Amino acid sequence: MNWRAVWAMYHYEMGRFFRTTAQSLFSPVLSTSLYFVVFGAAIGSRMEDVDGVSYGAFIVPGLIMLSVMTQAVSNASFGIYFPKFLGTIYEHLSAPVNFLEIVIGYVGAAATKSLAIGAIILVTSFFFVDVTIAHPLAMVGFLLLTCLSFSLLGFIIGIWAENFEQLQLVPLLVITPLVFLGGSFYSITMLPPVWQTISLFNPVVYLVSGFRWSFFGTGDVPVGWSLLAIAAFTGGCLWVIWWIFRTGWRIRQ
Amino acid sequence: MTSIVSISGLTKTYGSGFEALKGVDLEIEEGEIIALLGPNGAGKTTLISTICGITSPTEGTVSVGGHDILNDFRGARDMIGLVPQEIALEPFNKVWNAVSFTRGLFGKPRDDAHIEQVLRQLSLWDKKDSQIMALSGGMKRRVLIAKALSHEPRVLFLDEPTAGVDVELRRDMWETVERLRAEGVTIILTTHYIEEAEAIADRVAVISQGRILLVEQKSALMKRMGRKELRVELIEPVDSLPESLAHHDLQIAEGGQVLRYAYETTGQGTGITGLLADLSAAGLQMRDLSTRQSTLEDIFVDLLRDGAEEPEAASTTTGSAASRDAVREGTA
Repeated sequence: MNWRAVWAMYHYEMGRFFRTTAQSLFSPVLSTSLYFVVFGAAIGSRMEDVDGVSYGAFIVPGLIMLSVMTQAVSNASFGIYFPKFLGTIYEHLSAPVNFLEIVIGYVGAAATKSLAIGAIILVTSFFFVDVTIAHPLAMVGFLLLTCLSFSLLGFIIGIWAENFEQLQLVPLLVITPLVFLGGSFYSITMLPPVWQTISLFNPVVYLVSGFRWSFFGTGDVPVGWSLLAIAAFTGGCLWVIWWIFRTGWRIRQ
Repeated sequence: MTSIVSISGLTKTYGSGFEALKGVDLEIEEGEIIALLGPNGAGKTTLISTICGITSPTEGTVSVGGHDILNDFRGARDMIGLVPQEIALEPFNKVWNAVSFTRGLFGKPRDDAHIEQVLRQLSLWDKKDSQIMALSGGMKRRVLIAKALSHEPRVLFLDEPTAGVDVELRRDMWETVERLRAEGVTIILTTHYIEEAEAIADRVAVISQGRILLVEQKSALMKRMGRKELRVELIEPVDSLPESLAHHDLQIAEGGQVLRYAYETTGQGTGITGLLADLSAAGLQMRDLSTRQSTLEDIFVDLLRDGAEEPEAASTTTGSAASRDAVREGTA
């Protein structure tokens, strides 16, 4: 392993993150604060408790997941797409690094950024609502796996995209709807039975539910299913990345 | 001399079906400067990209310093620095960070003194904290060279390095090349500026339509193909040549005002003395005489013309060696 190269890529990507702190850090914090004001303070006060948890606190795990998933995908996809777009990818291809090292560098940086954003949102939420964490270790584990798997997904999208439109397409048309309908702001038990069944086909439901379980001890689906879902999703992304590595798809002609 | 880059039977067919390389064999010797000359689309960049790992070869093998570019890609790429043809840099990055990044990417330990030396040599030191987008085109090209030199390559590829750069940068660039040559770095360059290849290269490889037409020591090439032309400007134009000059193979040009005579400098007798005597005897008065040595450019144009006429002839032969001989016979 060329760890110096991995570090160079990781460090470079993190540098880009800190160069654009306003965009990469403050904007998720601001938007989350707005969610808390609107859903927590304004609307939340008129909402019933969900599973014995006040609505303001109930949405905290969902909000963290929402931000972490979208940030991981956008950071990772942009991170690898940008060198392709600028042509600077020639350096990665001509350097003594293999694809795995490139993946570790870029996905590692994107996962770190989304983890940082998730942590900041969690801390921010303490200022607005009373949040307790029932299973802190499980919470960290779910958060880490979500950061990692969605960064892997973002990396795949960045490799696949051939223009900026495609880069935005999957996050806008697939990920945002799945995340919004994944129970970030509600428990799927609030839905009519038909929609409950449909929701069970949405992988994000399992991730949000598992994450919420680590906070409040209850979730929409058993926590074992959540673990299985995130493991399967991570495994699927890893398989696609391995396939790209084997074939050089969209990277090396 | 041992070869540091060894290319054998290399072909490259792109996904679109375009055959960019059609069987390239080339041995590049350690410490030499070799120029790849060819028109646009000849396969120069594909050849360089394949050696450097940017595109995968379809068939054939390439090794760099004894390391196969596929089976031992780390060993091969460790030795290679590449300056691409297109300027590809992240605009928001700073010069120092961009150059240091490349060194890290090549797995070399941090060495600020080396980066400083490279930046100073390329007159980039006072720009080290500038954002790349604030630099001029020439400065950006210097950054590309600095990146390639940041990891101390033993083999340096320069893909059209002086296309569209000013005189000062071109001079700096050739100074850098000279210094690298003194350090024993092997340099492979492609260029459209034939005078530059002529001025700096040890050997010249002419490439066209995915094949290497000829590889020769530049001096030998110039000597073997180096023809001179005598230009005789007459006071009174002539319509036709007198009988006494018929055996001299003269050409009438510029409306009869000029006579041209081509001769080989390496020949036993150039025939100039006899020609001039016969010109006086025929009563032709001369205003001026000048001679011109053929340049690499002339040779290049000749080769490509012959190369373009060659496919019919070459279709009965196989391999690049045979067609190369055909070209040699055609032009010698």
